[in-house]
Amino acid sequence: MLIQFTNKGIYCRQADVYIDPWQPVNKAIITHAHSDHARVGNKEYLAHTQSENILKYRLGNISLQTLNYHQPIQMNGVNISLYPAGHILGSAQVRLEYKGEVWVVSGDYKVKSDHYTVPFEPVKCQNFITESTFGLPIYNFPEAEVVNKSLNDWIKQNAAQGLNSVIIGYALGKAQRILEALQTDLPVLLHSTIYNTNEALGFDNSKYIKFTQEFKKEILNPGIVLATGTSLGSPWMKRFEPYKLGICSGWMQLRGSRRRSNADMGFIMSDHADWAGLNSAVKDTGAENVYVTHGYKTSFAKWLREEKKLNAMEVETLFEGEGIENETKELNQEDGAQ
Amino acid sequence: MKAFTQLYSELDQTTKTNSKIEAMSRYFETADPVDSIWAIALLTGRKPKRPIRTGDLKLWATELANIPFWLFEESYSVVGDLAETISLLIPTAFRSSSVSLNTVMNEVLNIYTKTVEQKKEWLLSYWNVLAQDELFVFNKLITGSFRVGASQQLVFKALAKTFNLDDKLVAHKLMGGWLPQNTALKELLFNEDKSFDDSRPYPFYLAYQLDVPFEELGNINDWQIEQKFDGIRGQIIVRNNKIFIWSRGEDLMTDKFPEFDSLKNILPNGTVIDGEILPFKEGKILSFNDMQKRIGRKNLSKKILTEIPLCMMCYDLLELNGTDIRPASLHTRRVELEKLLNDHPSSLLKLSPLQQCNQWEQLNELRLYSKTQGCEGLMLKHKQSIYETGRRRGNWWKWKVDPYTIDAVLIYAQSGHGRRATLFTDYTFAIRDGDTLMPFAKAYSGLTDKELVEIDTWIKRNTLEKFGPVRSVKAELVFEIAFEGINVSPRHKIGIAVRFPRILRWRKDKKPEEINTKNDLLQLLKAV
Repeated sequence: MLIQFTNKGIYCRQADVYIDPWQPVNKAIITHAHSDHARVGNKEYLAHTQSENILKYRLGNISLQTLNYHQPIQMNGVNISLYPAGHILGSAQVRLEYKGEVWVVSGDYKVKSDHYTVPFEPVKCQNFITESTFGLPIYNFPEAEVVNKSLNDWIKQNAAQGLNSVIIGYALGKAQRILEALQTDLPVLLHSTIYNTNEALGFDNSKYIKFTQEFKKEILNPGIVLATGTSLGSPWMKRFEPYKLGICSGWMQLRGSRRRSNADMGFIMSDHADWAGLNSAVKDTGAENVYVTHGYKTSFAKWLREEKKLNAMEVETLFEGEGIENETKELNQEDGAQ
Repeated sequence: MKAFTQLYSELDQTTKTNSKIEAMSRYFETADPVDSIWAIALLTGRKPKRPIRTGDLKLWATELANIPFWLFEESYSVVGDLAETISLLIPTAFRSSSVSLNTVMNEVLNIYTKTVEQKKEWLLSYWNVLAQDELFVFNKLITGSFRVGASQQLVFKALAKTFNLDDKLVAHKLMGGWLPQNTALKELLFNEDKSFDDSRPYPFYLAYQLDVPFEELGNINDWQIEQKFDGIRGQIIVRNNKIFIWSRGEDLMTDKFPEFDSLKNILPNGTVIDGEILPFKEGKILSFNDMQKRIGRKNLSKKILTEIPLCMMCYDLLELNGTDIRPASLHTRRVELEKLLNDHPSSLLKLSPLQQCNQWEQLNELRLYSKTQGCEGLMLKHKQSIYETGRRRGNWWKWKVDPYTIDAVLIYAQSGHGRRATLFTDYTFAIRDGDTLMPFAKAYSGLTDKELVEIDTWIKRNTLEKFGPVRSVKAELVFEIAFEGINVSPRHKIGIAVRFPRILRWRKDKKPEEINTKNDLLQLLKAV
């Protein structure tokens, strides 16, 4: 097999390269810049061009080679190229081909367009490695337009009552989507993590206010605050009172998660594929062998085996979670990297 | 259905009582009265029984979602709520419906007697058209699990606000056995005719646990002190030569207490007594365990009626000669109650004895003594108090005896439901019995959300075995468990059952070696 699952991560022996390794290695291909995929300590990095600035912002001065989508390179006879994964800016699926054997390592992906990230592109292969964060049929996400509208309506309604709208979403990916979706003349205040991430991404910050210690309540009166999961329940939030709290996450699909988060509103906004998305992605690759990681992998692999007659198996990953752990991880992971 | 669903989600999204009242008031202002009457019924707990078997619901939802059954079960265990699971599995994008709550509910009432095929056809006619949030509320209604985060009091207040009425009056009008399918909103709220419903009870006046110092209560002689009996709070109503018995939960329980039937010939018409129904034999109150045995029976055999006879310990008089005397002072009502029981004696009616105590300092002694009498503690009622509606602070207080407590170790965990789905929050605790650990109680409540998440994470890392949804875990975390009563129970492996167990606190300072033993429980049992 061209690809092996080792305790350092997904490994291609022929090219001597790891994909999103968990431990320091010589050569690493990074699918995207989220902290559970992009780690420090590797000697050489390869990633998509749009990941360059954010990787350097997060990992420091690394030795990084970048590629555009569809731009091929060779490593010891292995043809390697990157394809859009639609997850966040610069996220890529990695296609590896050697002597007619084709693998696609999809990293994290979503199939539905968010009107911001380059959309997911299916890649034909024999062997497909897929995530399964939302690999249960209860996770079918509404269209981005519907969610964006309810977000804007909610903000308007809060402002009419003189309330600030505090929105929680993670700094890389979600925050930019939210900012793109906002249709408002209200002042928008960004937590410094988000402001700095925007800067690293080259995302235009000129319309937004960066939070600093000089913050005065009157700046908003009322307005919008965008922060990350680590701010939830922290005294930092107190200064924005009176406010309503909204959380943007795929986990908000479940009433239990919504209520437990103590948010006033949950907006179902995810950068991962929902159930329909996972299924269409797997189908469109035409792969006979499917390796399932991250999430409800047991159920999703069983579904693909029994109902889709595919050779599907689950793959152990370092970071396993069940529901709430994923949720906390998703909400917090960004800040761990700062 | 759309407006009612909107109301449901508004109530679901806020914890502020004022916002809840406003949301309900907005609904009542705009809704068709035939829908409003159903909304009132559902919001005050008058939900219909489950018309369709859960097994059928699961099966049909699985078919409609086009997934294998195991995947349905897997999804259900993650969501933790059947109604929600089904609403998430059925594809509902781009739907919008215009069916009314009244139509849905009237159809529900007619579905019980239909064949399984007819039920399925009916159900699919909704599952195929309702939008996702409506589908969720609809499923809540037909799974019999409809509950909403608004107390009855708030519903009364919202109605009072909308229709410009007094909320206590609304509370009274909404008591009793009215049925939404044959009651008009106008009739329910504005009808003055007393003969409208002989069975209608008064809203119960409930007390809070005493949490203010005695100095704030003033002179002890202004207070009527009674024991807090441990039975079923109820109202006996005699009107037009008929008798009705209501429990505090607003269940009409007349049939459960056939021995009280003779009271309709003893008490004058237009009498309503508030009291505690107790198992009582040969001059002694029996345990609450006996009460449960009696209540649990579907068929009341002669044997059980002789074994566990009941009486009413009378606390208060609410209606005298057909007149509502709740606005009179407790002192006056007590005089009338004594007179009534004196003039119309029956062995079924006992007068709740007044406790003598002239100094606050001595009250605790009295409270502790009450426990040896099979009571839960004391009631303090201001002698000038009127009979209020619902739970209120100020003039009535209950002062319960502190609960029993025991330190136990967590051994099994299961994920919770609703808000707690996907978290392991339902725990089984064990105490030590020689070298083994013996399960002794299940408890769900008492921890903060933060603690729940912390324990959840611990459970996932310390699972020994999985049995379906249940996990056994390392016996390491110690908790202090409080409970109200303790009894012998052949149904439990340990041979002891405790009443209303809950988690008092997480004892991070204690090791599993330090937990209590079965012997400690037996000592408690002996002391009762």
